[in-house]
Amino acid sequence: MDALKITSLKSSVEGKRILEGVDLTLKEGELHIIMGPNGSGKSTLANTLMGHPGYVVEEGQALLFGEDLLSMKVDERARKGLFLAFQYPLEVEGVSFSHFLLNAYKAKNGNEQKMDPKMVISFRNELKKNLKELGLSEEFLKRSLNVGASGGEKKRLEIVQALTLKPKLLLLDEIDSGLDIDSAKLVAESIRKMRKENISALVITHYPRILDYLEPERVHIMAQGRIICSRGVELAKELERKGYDWILKEYSVN
Amino acid sequence: MAEKFDFIDSAKYDFKDPEKYAFRTPKGLNKEVVEEISRQKQEPKWMLDIRLKALDIFLKKPTPTWGGDLSALDYDSYTYYIKPSEKKGGTWEEIPDNIKKTFDRLGVPEAERKFLAGLGAQYESEMVYHSIREDLAKKGVIFLDTETGLREYPELFREYFTKLVPIEDNKFASLNTACWSGGSFIYVPEGVNIDIPLQAYFRINSEKMGQFERTIIVADEGAKLHYIEGCTAPQYSTLSLHTGVIEIFVKKNASVRYTTIQNWARNIYNLVTQRSMVEEGGLMEWVDGNIGSKLTMKYPSIYLIGDNSRGKILSITFATEGQHQDAGGKVIHKGKNSASTIVSKSISRFSGRCSYRGLVKVIKNATGVKSSVKCDALMLDEQSRSDTYPVMQIDEEDATVSHEATVGKISDEVIHYLTSRGIKESDAQAMVVMGFIDEFAKELPMEYAIELNRLIQLEMEGSVG
Ligand SMILES: Nc1ncnc2c1ncn2[C@@H]1O[C@H](COP(=O)(O)OP(=O)(O)OP(=O)(O)O)[C@@H](O)[C@H]1O
Ligand SMILES: [Mg+2]
Repeated sequence: MDALKITSLKSSVEGKRILEGVDLTLKEGELHIIMGPNGSGKSTLANTLMGHPGYVVEEGQALLFGEDLLSMKVDERARKGLFLAFQYPLEVEGVSFSHFLLNAYKAKNGNEQKMDPKMVISFRNELKKNLKELGLSEEFLKRSLNVGASGGEKKRLEIVQALTLKPKLLLLDEIDSGLDIDSAKLVAESIRKMRKENISALVITHYPRILDYLEPERVHIMAQGRIICSRGVELAKELERKGYDWILKEYSVN
Repeated sequence: MAEKFDFIDSAKYDFKDPEKYAFRTPKGLNKEVVEEISRQKQEPKWMLDIRLKALDIFLKKPTPTWGGDLSALDYDSYTYYIKPSEKKGGTWEEIPDNIKKTFDRLGVPEAERKFLAGLGAQYESEMVYHSIREDLAKKGVIFLDTETGLREYPELFREYFTKLVPIEDNKFASLNTACWSGGSFIYVPEGVNIDIPLQAYFRINSEKMGQFERTIIVADEGAKLHYIEGCTAPQYSTLSLHTGVIEIFVKKNASVRYTTIQNWARNIYNLVTQRSMVEEGGLMEWVDGNIGSKLTMKYPSIYLIGDNSRGKILSITFATEGQHQDAGGKVIHKGKNSASTIVSKSISRFSGRCSYRGLVKVIKNATGVKSSVKCDALMLDEQSRSDTYPVMQIDEEDATVSHEATVGKISDEVIHYLTSRGIKESDAQAMVVMGFIDEFAKELPMEYAIELNRLIQLEMEGSVG
C-alpha cells in the first residue's frame, strides 16, 4: 500500500505557480527525505498537501492511503492520519496547549462532544510522558499554544503533538532547524520510535546530519517546483560535500 | 429538571408560559400607574413621593440620542408592572407551579443547591423567591428582595437608596426610580466573607413588558461578596424593556464582585445604570457579559473615593445580526494611590455592532493613581462594526494612565493550524473566540464558563458553511 502517491501536482500561491508538477510515491512504513535549495517549493508541497487555503491546486492528484487527499477538508485530512509539523508553528493566544490538543485528540478518536473521563485521563498521561520525552516541562500544558516558546521548543512541541495524536503519515518541514544538538537527538529518537509503530514519513531538511539517525529509504531533490531526482542516502552525503550546483546542472535546472 | 444551568443557550430559554397573573397595570406610564404600583407594594409615603418626582423628571427628559438607536422605543406600549402571583417564597414549594416549572427548566434551583450561597428569582416585576444559606443569615447577612428590604430595614434602606444614582441621573434611572419593582437588597456586615456567590435570576415572560429591578448592595468594612445576575426572556416579535438600577457601596477594605451574564432575547432594550463607590482600601469588580438583547446601553461605573481603593471592569460584548451592544465602563479616581483596570473585549459578526464607551477621570490632588484601559475588538466578517469612544480626563499630573486598543479578525492561518490537527472549522473558530475572551471566562464560576463555551460553539456552527 502507498502511504502517499503524488502525481503531476501543480499548485500556486497568490496567483504565482510554485509547484510545477510533482511526482512522488511513499510506501507505507517508509521514510523519505526531501532536500533542495531555498525557495524550491518544499514547504509549498507540504502546505498544499495539508490543504492550506492560500495554496491552490491547479492540477494533479495526491492519494493518502489510496484516498483522494485533495478533495478533503483540512480537518478531515488530519483525521485520516496526515500530520504536518510546520516549518513555522503559529502562536495562538488564549488557547492552552493541553486544551487544544485534547480537542484534536477527541476529534481524532471520533468523540468530539463527549468527555469520557477515561479517555481524558489516558490522554493527559500520554501527553505528559511525551513532553518529558522531548525534554519539555509540564508548564507547557497550561501555556497558550506556542506563545512565548522558543524556536526550538516550538519544534519539539510539534513532535509532542504528533506523538500524542499518532498520525499515519508525518510531514516534517525542517523539524531539525533551530534545534540544539541534544534536542535534535530527542526529536530523532521520537521519529525512530514512531517508525517502529509503522508510521510513514516525508522529512524536509537541509541537514544530512539527521539522516544518520533516521535511516531513510530515499532522498528526493526538489528544485524549481519539481522533484528532479530521487536516489539513496548516499546522495545526501554527496550534496553536503559539494552543494547543489552540480546536480542542478546535471538535471539542467538553472 | 434541566441538566445544567442553562441560561445561555437560547434553545433552552426560549419558551413562554401562559400568562396567569395576579395583577397588572394598564399599558403606559402615568401618575395613576405609579400610584398603583406603590399601593400594590403598600410602601411608605416617602417612597411614593420619590417615585412621583422621578416620573416627572422622566417625562421631561428627552430620550438620549448619543448612544444606540432608541427611536423605536414607544413608552406607551409597555406594561410597567406585572405581579405574577400573590405568593412569594423562601422555599420552592411555596412558588406557584407554573413559575416554579419555568425556573426548573432553566436549572435555577439545581444551581442553587450546587454552588450558590443564596438565590433570588425574579419573574416579571416581582422577586418570587429569595433564600440564603442559614449560616450566612446567622452572621447577619441580609439578602432580600428590595421591597422586603425596604419594609424590614427602612433606615438602612433610606441611607443608601438613590444615594449613588440620583433620581435625575439619566432618563432611564428616573424611569426606574418611578416604577422600580424587585431586585435585591443586600447587606454584608463587617468582616463577613461570603466565599461562594449569591445569585439573582431575572426572567421576563410576557410580551411588551417593562422590568425595572432595583438593587442595593452594601459591603461593610472588610466584608466580601460575589453577586451574579443572569437574565433571559423568550423571543417575541415586539420589543420589551429592561431598565435596572444597581447601587453598590464598598466600605473600607471591603470587596465586591458583580457578575452579569446577560442573555436577554434579541428583542429587548437593556438600559441599565450600574454604579459603585469604593472607600479606602476597598475593591470593586464589574464582570459584565453582554450576549443578548437588541440594544444594550450599559457602562458600569466605579467611584474610587478612598485612598488605595481599586476598581476593575471586565466586559465582553457579543453582537450578531440586529444587535447593538453599547457598553463600556467609567472609573473616577478621587482617592490617592487608587488603581483601576478596564478590559473590554467585543466580538461582532453578521453586521452586529459593538461600541465601547469609556471614561477614566483623575481628579486634581488624587496623586499616585494608576489606570489602564484595554479594548480589543474581534470582527468575524466585513459587515460587522466596532467603535471605541474612550474619554480620559486627567486633572492630576501625578497619574499613570494607559490606553490600548486593537481590532482584529480570526486569522486564516490560525484556523488552518487548528484544523490541521483534526479540529472542525467551527470548533476551531469557537476556540479562538474563547481564547480571545479568556481573560473574562476565567473569572466566571466554572459552570458559567462551560455554558459560555457551549454557546460560542453553537454560534460558530451557524457561521461556517
Ligand atoms: N504565502 C506565500 N506568498 C507568496 N509567496 C510564497 C508564499 N509561500 C511560498 N511562496 C514562494 O514560493 C516559493 C517556494 O517557497 P517554499 O516556502 O515552498 O520554499 P522552500 O523550498 O520551503 O524553501 P526553504 O528551504 O527556504 O524553506 C518561494 O519563491 C516563495 O517566496
Ligand atoms: Mg520551507
